[in-house]
Amino acid sequence: MTKLPYERPTIRKLTAGPLSKFGPRAGARPVAELEGVPVPELLARFGSPLFVLSERQLRRSYQAVMRAFGTRYPQVQLAWSYKTNYLNAVCRVFHQEGAWAEVVSGLELEKALGNGVPGAQILFNGPGKTRADLARAAEVDAVIHLDNADELHRLLEVAAGRPHRPRVALRVNLDAGIFPQWDRFGFNLENGQAWQALQQVAAATEQLDLVGLHCHLGTYILQPAAYGVAATKLAALALRCQQELSLPVRYLDLGGGFPSQNTLKGSYLPGPDAVPDLDDYAAAIAEALLGAGFRVGELPLLVLEAGRALVDEAGYLLGTVLATKRLADGRRATVLDFGVNLLFTAYWYDHHISPVRTFSEQTEPTVLYGPLCMNIDVVRESIVLPLLAAGDQVVVHRVGAYNMSQWQQFITLRPHVVLLDLQGNPHIIREAETLEYLQQPERVPAHLQG
Amino acid sequence: MKLKKNIATSEAGFVFNPATGDSFAASPLAAEILELLKAGQAPAAIQASLLARYEVSASQLQRDWDDLMAQLHQFQLLES
Ligand SMILES: Cc1ncc(COP(=O)(O)O)c(C=O)c1O
Repeated sequence: MTKLPYERPTIRKLTAGPLSKFGPRAGARPVAELEGVPVPELLARFGSPLFVLSERQLRRSYQAVMRAFGTRYPQVQLAWSYKTNYLNAVCRVFHQEGAWAEVVSGLELEKALGNGVPGAQILFNGPGKTRADLARAAEVDAVIHLDNADELHRLLEVAAGRPHRPRVALRVNLDAGIFPQWDRFGFNLENGQAWQALQQVAAATEQLDLVGLHCHLGTYILQPAAYGVAATKLAALALRCQQELSLPVRYLDLGGGFPSQNTLKGSYLPGPDAVPDLDDYAAAIAEALLGAGFRVGELPLLVLEAGRALVDEAGYLLGTVLATKRLADGRRATVLDFGVNLLFTAYWYDHHISPVRTFSEQTEPTVLYGPLCMNIDVVRESIVLPLLAAGDQVVVHRVGAYNMSQWQQFITLRPHVVLLDLQGNPHIIREAETLEYLQQPERVPAHLQG
Repeated sequence: MKLKKNIATSEAGFVFNPATGDSFAASPLAAEILELLKAGQAPAAIQASLLARYEVSASQLQRDWDDLMAQLHQFQLLES
């Protein structure tokens, strides 16, 4: 006689609160495969936890951004924001699609060069460029996005001994109605700093070649209109540059900051319902630039440094339930084999998490946490899931952005990262770390040996 | 380990405690256990019958049983 399927017995107090608009079943739908590859098979082969990236989705997201902007503005160039996910395989997918590189450190600059990006297609942002970084950027002809007056001064010294003028763009921060305003990076527009810096660049045209203006408003910006404001202000600055300083500006870089479909913590609506369409951002920017007063044939190239919007959707984190228990206040708790060490974005998002196998329709709210033995290690404070038991597998969705660069080697080692190619074949693109790898740079002084 | 006498249970898993006015939703298996407890069956006998019929190990069932009883106790549904 075959036995009945088992799920642990549960009892839940019914409370007369407001009903959840999204119902208790949200999140409970199983996800058994990714790109046609069964999740249990991936975990059996590569171990748990496991990061998985879909090459198909990477390319799809890239093409969606290009389509949204390219159908509204004649010249569009994406520059892949390295910090979002600088695994070489990921970068190379985007470079194959045609992306330039946007980097913010000497390390990222070398990574981009190593990935075959010509120096001239590398945009170098960031407040922390050292003299050596500036020299290297000038040597490979990357565009240096000037952040502050000290950096400008340093670059002039670096430029003095060089055969070619380093190419520069000015990073501008401005009031586009976004709160908080990112005013730490670049030169402020409204207080006149940006114009002053442009005058200094104009006075140094023998040493520097101004090619662009840049503005990155922030990240996960939910107001397309803010981009319209930024584009209008940047375009006006470019026109003034041309008219008053005889410095034509070849590109306007509106930065990144476009949201993914993740759900921000504290958001009432889930991400897919709260996030404006990419088309709205593209329309706001294109309208502003096309109406700014550039002469026909002198429209600047529009550069975008989208990060999150290109890569978040393509990433998954697969993991396994280690235990379930009950907390002092009666809440269910579920222990997973990954925590905020791997899923850094759990601090920002209520990540969508799916079970892998099929369950009954019984569900239970649970806190999800990881193996870190620290109170901060919470993957979800409360999520309604089927009656998971030790050994059950889960899929965390939309983890492609920032996790695989901001993850921490903390308490556990980082696992394999696998790319599913267009045929669904898995390729390890970053090996799981080992104790040996971790300890390789360590040194034990002689008196502590033996 | 006995359910309080005045607790009302339904086959669909609805549980009502007239003494406190609280109501509860039990999963099908929990509802089945409650019915058997209410009928006066001994825990060991109930567990044996579940083990015979369900795809579960004795140790897993014991852990889940303990958890359920702790919940029933917390909800004041058991005779003390
Ligand atoms: C200068 C610059 N450009 C682009 C990005 C990418 O941002 P996002 O991932 O929000 O698109 C960042 C991230 O902070 C950035 O600092």
